[in-house]
Amino acid sequence: MSADRERGVTARELRRIAAVLARYPQGDAGSLVNALHDVQAEFRYLPEAALCEVADHLGLPRAQVYGVASFYQGFHLEPRGEHTCTVCMGTACHVRGAARLLETIERDAGVGAGGTTPDLKLTVEEVNCVGACAIGPLVIVDGEYHGHMTADRVSRLVAKLLGEGASR
Amino acid sequence: MTARLAGPRALTRYREALTRARDPGRRVVSVCVGTGCRANGAREVYAALRAQAEKHGVACEEQSRATGCLGFCQCGPLLSVAPEGIVYQHVRVADVPEIVERTLLGGETVERLLYVDPATGRPCRTEEEIPFYHRQQRVLLRDNALLDPTSIDDYIALGGYSALCRAFEMGPVAVLEEVKRSGLRGRGGAGFPTGRKWEACRDAAGDLRYVVCNADEGDPGAFMDDALLEGDPHSVLEGMIIGAFAIGAREGYVYVRQEYPVAVERITRAIDQARDLGLLGESVLGSDLSFDVRVSRGGGAFVCGEASAMMASLEGRRGVPRRRIIHLSERGLWGRPTNLNNVETWANVPQIVLRGADWFRSMGTERSTGTKIFSLVGKVNDTGLVEVPMGATLRDIIFGIGGGIPGGKGFKAVQTGGPSGGCLPAEKLDTPVDFDTLVAEGSMMGSGGMIVMDEDTCMVDVARYFLRFLASESCGNCTSCREGLWRLRDLLGDIAEGRGTRDTIALIEELADTVKATSLCALGTSAVNPVLSTLRHFRDEYLAHVDDKRCPAAVCKALITFSIDPDACNGCTLCAARCPQGAISGEKRQPHTIAPELCIKCGICRDVCPRDAVRVH
Repeated sequence: MSADRERGVTARELRRIAAVLARYPQGDAGSLVNALHDVQAEFRYLPEAALCEVADHLGLPRAQVYGVASFYQGFHLEPRGEHTCTVCMGTACHVRGAARLLETIERDAGVGAGGTTPDLKLTVEEVNCVGACAIGPLVIVDGEYHGHMTADRVSRLVAKLLGEGASR
Repeated sequence: MTARLAGPRALTRYREALTRARDPGRRVVSVCVGTGCRANGAREVYAALRAQAEKHGVACEEQSRATGCLGFCQCGPLLSVAPEGIVYQHVRVADVPEIVERTLLGGETVERLLYVDPATGRPCRTEEEIPFYHRQQRVLLRDNALLDPTSIDDYIALGGYSALCRAFEMGPVAVLEEVKRSGLRGRGGAGFPTGRKWEACRDAAGDLRYVVCNADEGDPGAFMDDALLEGDPHSVLEGMIIGAFAIGAREGYVYVRQEYPVAVERITRAIDQARDLGLLGESVLGSDLSFDVRVSRGGGAFVCGEASAMMASLEGRRGVPRRRIIHLSERGLWGRPTNLNNVETWANVPQIVLRGADWFRSMGTERSTGTKIFSLVGKVNDTGLVEVPMGATLRDIIFGIGGGIPGGKGFKAVQTGGPSGGCLPAEKLDTPVDFDTLVAEGSMMGSGGMIVMDEDTCMVDVARYFLRFLASESCGNCTSCREGLWRLRDLLGDIAEGRGTRDTIALIEELADTVKATSLCALGTSAVNPVLSTLRHFRDEYLAHVDDKRCPAAVCKALITFSIDPDACNGCTLCAARCPQGAISGEKRQPHTIAPELCIKCGICRDVCPRDAVRVH
């Protein structure tokens, strides 16, 4: 069991998970979604070992924790890129051409929405709406909002994000 | 740390001390740091304002403020100056020194930062003069400009939590009656009478009850709940405490979308502040009421806006709706009586208690009382949050407040009600916006998203967009929704890509009826609204796609071609340099051409062309 649990994570990482889980009472099933958010904030994704730790701490079957983690779009079960490029796919952005932006990014990065480049530089994703409709279409790069986007500008942005990896 | 307030009189004394310390004539500069303005650099403007004011020895804490959404997102970052009420638009960091010296210190107006009314060419100094604002009736959004959302003192100084004291005087029965009599209906979409919902929960058997605030604002293009939670979180919390008092609940939850991190932070802080002052916890304000609230983040699932799915999510399960033969008011969260209302509904409650049901009924229509906040977005001149009495017409909102369609384009449709709503054409512009009329027209109020579409929007593409959204958000419980929505999306794809026939349309209609009839929750039963409403009002556009293989709005990629107008092109070579396909060729200073077999219709050439020479048809 403990060998299984430690797969892919270091003892230090296990301690980080434990520190996050200490915020939640043991056996409190209602904390599951919040706890997963907090653990994910540590690793930018949910390693398998983290799911097991959460399950044990909250007294839930692992299947339930996995079910929840895979149900919600906000959780990621695979490692994420160093940078994230998120295209807002809200209706207001859509009517202003968001789909074209996403296609451009996907083409330039060579991965589809939800995917990460093999060098773990960039994750491309969609979001349903972030409420910044006034400046749509909107692309978010590492939390920073870029409004009134065009295919040309987004293409330059992506080139910068991918190029950064090559120069390092 | 302030001590817990022992009772309503202690709160009054606390408020009096706050107002005594504040000079109402003192000049305060407020910077809107709501989502739209923040994305436009408002936080940098606010930081510059603080730094600049400090240089001049101004007491920043008292004379500058970062506020929630002021609504006029189109013109952000916005800045307003009290007590004069001056509004500045599109404020940049470079403008800050002049604002501090001339306005904050000198009381003068910086003319060049004023909004200019495009109809009259006249600069507008105050909110009242700006058409976007003066046609609104801002009851819920009014205080956003007047308070720092991270300060409970600001809220209390403005009279906050006096509605709670009034509720204690009235008693729980009278409070519930007042809410019933006000005619308040749920702002989340369904429009169920709030008072009746409360009553059912209060009367349900059981000793532990919950009140829940639905802040899982999932409709794309809607951000009014975010604006309330970010800009005036205590108004929502006060509503919940009053609700808990009327219903007899001891515990509450706010279920917030994880895509709204600032809203999560603000409401969490508001709850902590209220608890510190004794407005939450054991014996609220010295009364018999014991009530506390927890914040729970969503996981990014649209279906969790559905009440029973939200309960599942709060319990740490997948957000799958269940059959609601027994209402949540009887058996909700953890199987106990639960009352769920949306953010905006809760925010209305303190106002109703304080100002009375008759005042509330004086706004809106007979069956849809009060005001409603809409997020007016898409192809409209003045994007932003708009609060109007129920019953205002679509024309009032889109053309009167929103200033019509940009670029002289023609209005095509307005989409209301979120993904499950419908698209209404120009003939319906005089429809009054209230719960019942919109449903009769094949759309719905929803939570208040209003997305304007112009002649460049393809309605087949819009329907396809919503189907794709809903198909990927289906929880997968019912076969008809899980499989049917993908199939519908594919059929719409066939039409958009030129493979559709009239039989495709017939098949879409048949399948849509099946999905509607056989899905369990509202996501499935209403998912077909976008396709059915566009087929009802924009059938010609569908027929152009299937009969003529033509997309009239020039959106559907398979049916359009890009070309360069030789008369407009000056051969600057910019497009050729940026084309990812190398599909553009031509000599310098000579008209260029696009090789259609290489073109992938990405539109970059159109974006970069300085002379607007790229044609799409």
